[in-house]
Amino acid sequence: MNEMTTIARTTTLKDWETDQEVRWCPGCGDYAILKAVQRTMPEIGTAPENTVFISGIGCSSRFPYYMETYGFHTIHGRAPAFATGLKLANPNLDVWIVTGDGDGLSIGGNHTMHLIRRNLDCQIMLFNNEIYGLTKGQYSPTSRVGTTSPSTPYGSVDRPAQPAAFALGAGSRFVARGFDVSKKLPEVLKAAHAHKGAAFIEIFQNCIVYNKDVFEDFAAPKGAEDRQLWLETGEPMLYAKGTKGIALDAEALHLKTVDVVDGDWQAAGVIVHDVTNRSVAHMLVEMPFGEFPMALGVLYDDPRPTFEADVWRQNAAAREGKTADLQGLLKKGQTWTVTEGGPEL
Amino acid sequence: MATVVADGTDKRTSPLSDAVVVRFAGDSGDGMQLTGGQFTLSSALAGNDFATFPDFPAEIRAPQGTLFGVSAFQINFGSSSIDTAGDAPDVLVAMNPAALKTNVPSLKQGGLIIADEGEFNDRNLAKAKYDANPLDDGSLAKWQLLKLNISQLTMDAVKPFGLGNKEALRCKNMWTLGLALWMFDRDRAPLVDWLNAKFAKAPDLAAANIAALNAGHAYGETAELAGPLKQHHVDPAPVAPGLYRTLTGAEGIALGLVAGAQLAKLPMFFGGYPITPASAILHHLSRLKEYDVTTFQAEDEIAAICSAIGASYGGSLGVTSSSGPGIALKGEAMGLAIMTELPLVIVNSQRGGPSTGLPTKTEQSDLYQAVYGRNGDAPMPVISARSPGDAFECAIEAVRIAVQYMTPVILLTDGYIANAAEPWAVPDLTTYEAFPVEFLTEVPEGGFKPYGRDENLKRPWVKPGTPGLLHRIGGIEKELDTGHINYEASNHQAMTDIRKNKIDGIKVPDQIVELGAESGRLAVVGWGSTFGPIHQAVRRKRAEGADVSHIHIRHIWPLPANLGELLKSYDKVIIPEMNTGQLKTVLRDQYLVDAKPVNKVSGQPFTIAEIEAAIEEALA
Repeated sequence: MNEMTTIARTTTLKDWETDQEVRWCPGCGDYAILKAVQRTMPEIGTAPENTVFISGIGCSSRFPYYMETYGFHTIHGRAPAFATGLKLANPNLDVWIVTGDGDGLSIGGNHTMHLIRRNLDCQIMLFNNEIYGLTKGQYSPTSRVGTTSPSTPYGSVDRPAQPAAFALGAGSRFVARGFDVSKKLPEVLKAAHAHKGAAFIEIFQNCIVYNKDVFEDFAAPKGAEDRQLWLETGEPMLYAKGTKGIALDAEALHLKTVDVVDGDWQAAGVIVHDVTNRSVAHMLVEMPFGEFPMALGVLYDDPRPTFEADVWRQNAAAREGKTADLQGLLKKGQTWTVTEGGPEL
Repeated sequence: MATVVADGTDKRTSPLSDAVVVRFAGDSGDGMQLTGGQFTLSSALAGNDFATFPDFPAEIRAPQGTLFGVSAFQINFGSSSIDTAGDAPDVLVAMNPAALKTNVPSLKQGGLIIADEGEFNDRNLAKAKYDANPLDDGSLAKWQLLKLNISQLTMDAVKPFGLGNKEALRCKNMWTLGLALWMFDRDRAPLVDWLNAKFAKAPDLAAANIAALNAGHAYGETAELAGPLKQHHVDPAPVAPGLYRTLTGAEGIALGLVAGAQLAKLPMFFGGYPITPASAILHHLSRLKEYDVTTFQAEDEIAAICSAIGASYGGSLGVTSSSGPGIALKGEAMGLAIMTELPLVIVNSQRGGPSTGLPTKTEQSDLYQAVYGRNGDAPMPVISARSPGDAFECAIEAVRIAVQYMTPVILLTDGYIANAAEPWAVPDLTTYEAFPVEFLTEVPEGGFKPYGRDENLKRPWVKPGTPGLLHRIGGIEKELDTGHINYEASNHQAMTDIRKNKIDGIKVPDQIVELGAESGRLAVVGWGSTFGPIHQAVRRKRAEGADVSHIHIRHIWPLPANLGELLKSYDKVIIPEMNTGQLKTVLRDQYLVDAKPVNKVSGQPFTIAEIEAAIEEALA
């Protein structure tokens, strides 16, 4: 969201649906994300005509066709660059980028990094399914070591990228996580929208054809309490119905899990989540799942001035007191006048 | 006002020359480009027509004294129309052995060498790979040689200012400039003003440089040289009265883009990435924010064009610029601009290729890339500039076509045009017809069709933020009218045809003949920066009575409607190009005309003599 955004509108979910037939595989996690976004937009209260969804290439990048907003389905990996030009041209637009693990971290990793470091005001939804879906199942930069795929029949050997850690490392001022079927996803999206600047949201998404249930170990409803740590700023980092928590090992400078007895989380040393604490955010984005629960929700949120606002400010300052006299500009520099009598300075 | 040579009182004043070519050559650190630039201004003030050719190394600070560290600046000035920087120099100023070695082969036989003998020591001779001192061993016998210890003379001149050795020697170029000003009977006052302004914060340096300039000038005036040093006066060229300035191609492009955006009544967004020799356009535009210009230095070439397309989508005039290697990276995004039918101007300042090639040298070998270099049937208009002044006009034309047809447009220029300067009659902007863009702002009669079309096959331009016109665009094949995704065979055929017909139907002016008749024995057809040498060569040959015409093509794609018939009205067609025959291929393909290539791919422009030889051969 941007301070210049003034257009607000009361809408319903239906106002955000296009007449286009949605063409993802039946059961694809993208359906749930689409619904979550369409449900969130009326709650945010912006106007569809002021909203632009920009995507690259991949399954997730079909997203703009299904949103009754302005939309631009661009080329592989480059959505952030289009978004940058659009937002610099018109900072009042509400820009959402839809990308995937291949689009946003492999072919387009460079643009993702620069969009984040520049802090362009937009929401980046990175659908992470740890696989290339549209090209039929090759492993991706987020695939776990040993992923067998058409291009890695003996299993992948390269270590995966961690999207949230990548974003934070690139200088992100907002990092959040959610997953496709989570009921809490709209809250994460709203927080991202409320953040002024580049808001990075990693959304775990189930590719039921090529990488089915790869997130089931934490996303499955059964036992979710024990495997999901939903972060709320100002609240202690508790999970497993309050019987476990995250504490800081102050000597080794890393996080640890602790048991909480009788709800006395303070005695157990459980940390209170502070979304502006960048050091803790660095630990949260790298907290290994298994030993720890999956950190979800808003991991970090501490805004800084945005790129497009700074560019506009600088442009305005440079224009201050000057008139756009192009004829005058043409005459600038080393000029001379030729008269009948010859040239003169 | 230029000084007037005393009437016959100076016995050394040689007969009037029509045109003179001077080349200043020295080490990269010797300030030769600056010297050349100031001498250029002096030529302008003397009323001469001129053309320049800066030739500098790719290395930023090449080791001192080396052959690859030589930087040169050539100027051709005269009392009649000058179209090229000249073939062979009449005068070579060589500031060190390396500069002499790399430049003397092109000096006209009998031409004058002015060498700073203070730099011809053993160390520098070794660096230039000379076994013996060429100033002493007679190897320069076919030229006139003037040895001066410019280093020492400069040191003496600036002594009163207490500069260190190094700083004092930096004034050498001003001493040399002073001598050159005397040689061509030029007024020093504008240079003195310029030095005072340049060193306003360091009056000592200003004074030292002015002293060096004056000393060089006085040397010419007072030295009783029986030798080769003589004063030449070149009369002013007959040019139309008006306001003139020097203009480089990069300036011409930048100013033309700004003018084009104003005529279209659009803000401009420029997405660029540093690359030689295109960066100068980014630099110029970055300082023009008050003209509603936003510049963005992107993370790479791809982001540069994609951001420009994003800005066009948002209702700005998107512009990107690069050189061959960067243009290659932008190819996929150009296809998207074609598919989504958004206006965009892509400037290619061509350089020697392929790959990294010769970054600081000129070539025109990206014509295939511009016309054909994309995946799919991806037609795009291509315009080429012939000179710095023409670059201004071409940039406006590129903007006009981009917005009037909703299409990306490639504007070709090259390293020679980008860096070369020429006198330019400042145009009156009120004489240009505006072409204001009308965005679609409400649902038209018959309903909104994002891919509906007008008589030019142009689709509507809708800015995001406009209520009631929400739609989606993208790179997947569009459905007729609606712009929805459509994979059907008949739709793809129809859309491919529309994209082709739209570009084919762009109205471009009929081809004119620059020189000569509209039919005859021989047409010399060129495009881009070969204009100068072709024009002069054809002029000279015609003066000798040859039946030859010069045709120069600005609109490479689509080609002018009358071009095919025009070419067929000559017995022979030759096409000089700084590539292996790219326009030749296009013209043969389009018109089945037996055009013969004349090629030069050396990183250097054609000389007039080379084109004259080609004409002679064709007419033989």
